[in-house]
Amino acid sequence: MFLINCPFCGEREQSEFKAGGEAHIIRPKQPTELSDDEWAEYLFMRKNIKGVQFERWNHVHGCRKWFNMIRDTSNDQIKAIYKMGEKPPVK
Amino acid sequence: MKNKYSIFSLIKNAFSYHENWEKAWKDPEPKKEYDAVIVGGGGHGLATAYYLAKKHNIKNIAVVEKGWIGGGNTGRNTTIIRSNYLWDASAGLYDHALKIWEGLSQELNYNIMFSQRGVMNLAHNLQDVRDLKRRTHANRLNGIDAVYLNTEEVKKFCPIINTSQEIRYPVLGGTLQRRAGTARHDAVAWGYARGADEMGVDIIQNCEVKGIKRNGDTVEGIETTKGFIKTKKIGVVAAGHSSVIANMAGLKLPLESKPLQALVSEPVKPIIDTVVMSNAVHAYVSQSDKGELVIGAGTDDYVSYSQKGSHDIVEGTLNAILELYPIFSRMRMLRQWGGIVDICPDASPIVSKTSIKGLYFNCGWGTGGFKATPGSGDLFAHTIANDEPHKLNAAFNINRFVSGDLVDEHGAAAVAH
Repeated sequence: MFLINCPFCGEREQSEFKAGGEAHIIRPKQPTELSDDEWAEYLFMRKNIKGVQFERWNHVHGCRKWFNMIRDTSNDQIKAIYKMGEKPPVK
Repeated sequence: MKNKYSIFSLIKNAFSYHENWEKAWKDPEPKKEYDAVIVGGGGHGLATAYYLAKKHNIKNIAVVEKGWIGGGNTGRNTTIIRSNYLWDASAGLYDHALKIWEGLSQELNYNIMFSQRGVMNLAHNLQDVRDLKRRTHANRLNGIDAVYLNTEEVKKFCPIINTSQEIRYPVLGGTLQRRAGTARHDAVAWGYARGADEMGVDIIQNCEVKGIKRNGDTVEGIETTKGFIKTKKIGVVAAGHSSVIANMAGLKLPLESKPLQALVSEPVKPIIDTVVMSNAVHAYVSQSDKGELVIGAGTDDYVSYSQKGSHDIVEGTLNAILELYPIFSRMRMLRQWGGIVDICPDASPIVSKTSIKGLYFNCGWGTGGFKATPGSGDLFAHTIANDEPHKLNAAFNINRFVSGDLVDEHGAAAVAH
């Protein structure tokens, strides 16, 4: 358990939030053109990184807004938080 | 040839104050080349090496383990064994394992303390009742023992359960698999290690894999902290770290690694002689032979490799335990820990070849891999030796995420993932 600084509400306990998985997976522009392999890649395959990972989170028991987070999954330290649509502050 | 463990060897060693027991497995340095290398020295990995050597006559095998054998999820789970899965593919897989469990202590000459004390799954709402009845019928069609119990029968089988209909999630019924039960998890790893070592398998501990060497679409070997090891076949059984190894080979897997917690209480006299699981409120409990209550909590919903879970998850589980078992209200908890489980989108495992020749993955067991240990090892060994899956693990291939032929055990497995 850790604290998350919601960009809309401020610092709250992680239990107020829902993890939404890997961030910046782009929805296919032309879904009808996709092969089965490409669908599998989009729907199921995940980097599941041990280390710094880009994620989506939702403040589900708060403002219910989505935002992005950069977090080190090996020790749960949060590196940065930024709103949806914004460019990640670090590479 | 190792000395057989028996009452006579016990008496003989008692005379020398148990100081002269022969080592159960050696501690070798890696050779330059092996016919097959298993990455991960947990129960599944050691079982794979054991069955490769025993049934497929491949003796030149190494098991490389970054820590110590059985130190990962094998030593962190709540030791529940059952096979009452809904779908035919899962029923085949898990019951194959359960059948091996039944004779495993004798086969390994190692007491794994397998105890068929039964596993009961509770229903707390009307949908649970329907689901569990359906699963009971499906189990029986697949030759798996299962009975549905009403509330009175649940109370009779496990008298300490609070079956009052006034509680928030009342017990409306449950299923019982009598052949299910528990085993001593460390002993499973140690027994397989001893058996594999006897057949010439090198068990190399403190040896972390740092890279997978490929020549085009074929594997050539692994880079480790103890140097390069050449091999044509690599079986990866790395549980929560499967994606890390896959990334080394340039593969992506449909996995997310999450913390799963368990806790044990102070030891008390025998109070619960079975295993009771409840999906709806996520609480399950059994009692170890030492007398500790063994309690499993749920997973955190974020990816983490920290082997720590959140306190609110434990709190939620204990709330449910206390409502179902008011008798435990003054028990003190002794230890709590976490393991990292790799979960597939359909909550079923992957025991499969990959697009890279000679690279095999056994992963995605999620929150329930321990019960499958012997079957998983047996089927994965078959897959590696023949470069083809056994019919029992054919459905658990990696391509099901492309074909869409998923084995959706999320609700069906009788416990939440």
